[in-house]
Amino acid sequence: MFEMLGISPQALFGQLLIGLINGAFYAILSLGLSLIFGLLNIINFAHGAQYMLGAFVAWYLLAYVGIGYWPALIVTPLLVGLVGMATERLLLRRLSRLDPIYGLLLTFGLALVIEGVFRHVYGVSGQPYAPPASLSGGYRLEFMFLPKYRAWVVVVSLAVCLGTWLVIEKTKLGAYLRAATENPTLVQAFGVNVPVMVTATYGFGVALAGFAGVLAAPVYSVNPLMGSNLIIVVFAVVVIGGMGSILGSIITGFSLGLVEGLTKVFYPEASNTAVFIIMAVVLLLRPAGLFGKAA
Amino acid sequence: MSSERSQRLVLLVLLALGLVAPFVLYPVFLMKALCFALFACAYNLLIGYVGLISFGHAAFFGIAAYATGHAAKVWGLPTELALLTGTAAAAALGLVFGWLAIRRQGIYFAMVTLALAQMVFFFCVQAPFTHGEDGIQAIPRGTLLGVIDLNNQLVLYYFVYVVFVLSFLILRRTVNSPFGQILTALRENEARAVSLGYRADQYKLVAFVLSAAFSGLAGAMITIVFQLAALNSVHWHLSGEVVLMTLMGGMGTLLGPVAGALLLVAIQNYFAQVGAWSTIIQGAIFVVCVLVFRRGIVGEIEAWRQRRAAASKPRD
Repeated sequence: MFEMLGISPQALFGQLLIGLINGAFYAILSLGLSLIFGLLNIINFAHGAQYMLGAFVAWYLLAYVGIGYWPALIVTPLLVGLVGMATERLLLRRLSRLDPIYGLLLTFGLALVIEGVFRHVYGVSGQPYAPPASLSGGYRLEFMFLPKYRAWVVVVSLAVCLGTWLVIEKTKLGAYLRAATENPTLVQAFGVNVPVMVTATYGFGVALAGFAGVLAAPVYSVNPLMGSNLIIVVFAVVVIGGMGSILGSIITGFSLGLVEGLTKVFYPEASNTAVFIIMAVVLLLRPAGLFGKAA
Repeated sequence: MSSERSQRLVLLVLLALGLVAPFVLYPVFLMKALCFALFACAYNLLIGYVGLISFGHAAFFGIAAYATGHAAKVWGLPTELALLTGTAAAAALGLVFGWLAIRRQGIYFAMVTLALAQMVFFFCVQAPFTHGEDGIQAIPRGTLLGVIDLNNQLVLYYFVYVVFVLSFLILRRTVNSPFGQILTALRENEARAVSLGYRADQYKLVAFVLSAAFSGLAGAMITIVFQLAALNSVHWHLSGEVVLMTLMGGMGTLLGPVAGALLLVAIQNYFAQVGAWSTIIQGAIFVVCVLVFRRGIVGEIEAWRQRRAAASKPRD
């Protein structure tokens, strides 16, 4: 079959694996965006910068504090999430009654500041971050070589995505959250502290971005522009999946990563645009996105 | 003094300042500022008067830059036709984008335009005629109508100045026309405008194409000024910058985008030496404008004037 297509199985599976890994990052990031959008009605343009922040925090922890990968995987999202919560309390809350467009503009400005500061200090070159010893090396499969770390990225991000989905769809906390997105005043009247929930949700969404940053540090080099390159694709993923849909962002994230990988094998010139072309087609057929509710 | 008359007076003073400016300031800087001012005015037509926030306007600016550069350098068209080619390319792209994006509203509209613009960016990275990272270089400035040599800095400045003033007047006329009134009505209450029988989508689409065309004209002119069309003119950072110019100057005011563009170009010029700092400063201005300064410079001045007028009015 591979001879017929004129492609070596190694190349095909290699690209599919890269696609799956990119897809994992698309999924986690668009999940965070969807959560934030669902409750705050804000397009968090700073999401890419917060992801980059996660990678840099992990790198700092290793280089200056001597905290390795495994503790960093927990500590970093907490730290980045705290920064996020502070951002919500100090800045975003002031815009809650205004057109959501102002939230987008504010987070856009924040992204410029964060990225600018890191670029000022580190330039555009990357900082290396080695994967932990227990995940170095790989498995030699029949058709390809599978690095352990990459397999871990795919597995753990799937787990995090599904865990988040379960919490939101199946628990009481999730029910409060969903209710608050529909009618915050009513939920507040039932004695739920909605403002705290909003802060916590923003913090959690940002923590997800930070988590993705730690995961990404050993795969891509840690550099100030890693977020701004990725975030636009993630926005397209969010539009395709249907904004605010949790399951939509997970499924769309992983599948678009795979589609991108496949495009790289069969028609490399289009690999960067594939996601955007799909977005245009989806918009034509289903303006609310694949999993979105019609407005 | 009525606000109509005082506005005319302000415009006349600015017009005169524009005429003498190249003797005081560096003409290339001024031309860059005028091109961005036109870009911001075109953008303001959408955000300020229709309430549509596009996050992908660099696509129109950039595609026009490339089309103009290609037309002038490879096809050897005279400058005025090259500029028209660029503007037409932007308008055509605006028609496609607008048709696609108008299906969604508000924040969704912003996302869609951003993603569509990114498609154009990747197209420009890979298409052979754009020369990828190098861009189209050494684009001839040419002669206007075959007689006026645009290689003279001062002559070119006055050409850009005239194009800017004419475009500004057209945009001003558009906003003050019945068509402009309908656009404002759509911004304020779309459902009501629709129930009055206006076809909202068609009006929005026309406004979108108009905005794209003038953004394209701005991109086309800057190509002639710098004799270069490069990737930064299609990058999404530029889309952000034009939002910032409009926001900083005052959305929905005629002179706001001009003021915002002049200020931002001046800041960029001034901080060009310090690299990443200019991004940090831009970001900080964004944050400050959104938090405490949402009316922008011109918007704040107008609000202050209105307050003063209301205070000085004799009460009965």
